[in-house]
Amino acid sequence: MNLHLEMEQRRDTLIVRLQGELDHHTADSVRLQLDEEIARGRCKDLIFSLKSLQFMDSSGLGVILGRYKLIKQKGGRMAICDVNPPVYRLFEMSGLFKIMPVFDDEGAALSELEVAL
Amino acid sequence: MSEKSGNFMNLQFAAKSENESFARVTVAAFVSQLDPTMEEITDLKTVVSEAVTNCIIHGYDNDPSGIVYIHAEIELDVVTLVIEDKGRGIEDMELAKQPLYTSKPELERSGMGFTIMENFMDEFELVSEVGGGTSIRMKKRIESKKALYN
Repeated sequence: MNLHLEMEQRRDTLIVRLQGELDHHTADSVRLQLDEEIARGRCKDLIFSLKSLQFMDSSGLGVILGRYKLIKQKGGRMAICDVNPPVYRLFEMSGLFKIMPVFDDEGAALSELEVAL
Repeated sequence: MSEKSGNFMNLQFAAKSENESFARVTVAAFVSQLDPTMEEITDLKTVVSEAVTNCIIHGYDNDPSGIVYIHAEIELDVVTLVIEDKGRGIEDMELAKQPLYTSKPELERSGMGFTIMENFMDEFELVSEVGGGTSIRMKKRIESKKALYN
């Protein structure tokens, strides 16, 4: 599998680091793992940290938008950070930045989520 | 498909999602002879991914016995890609091309596939026949080589 997923819990926030390629093939497993963790109810907010995400297509957008809906339904917030240029372009085209904030790194995203509490 | 004096390649493979990455990488490797920029390569990989995913999910409804066909052609600094399936076809092509529209919302599709293809390529043409399959023909000029021809 050419996608690696790492999760880290910081207080109420789940940091999800994606490494590799997020396409239709890898989307299902990411969706399953995240929904399982979200269902445990230990996290309220979610940060996608995408420094090592080398490739993403519209299937990846679907996964991110789907988790956004889920987190929002539960009253949490979502942020994205450390986005490389090709993935950034895709987010821009899809209008994703209109619904969720983007930060330079995990630290900035975390402090913003904490401050806004 | 006329090959003219240009270079071309044909690829066909089972409609399985694990082949999406194979298709992207293969097309990128073929086009690399034009010395594209990283951005151009990413654009091409993304549109191949979108088109092949459509063939698998929509054309063949995830039936792995379907076959996806890719024809890539290079004529001077222009890359032409034809990506086809012999699947179910699209009933309403204008609706399918609308940004955010998806015929399969239950699969959490973003509905951005055609929008991405239209944005990342210079030319985009969709031909579909219900019950006969769908063919997408796209062209992109590779700018990094363009300077050499001008």
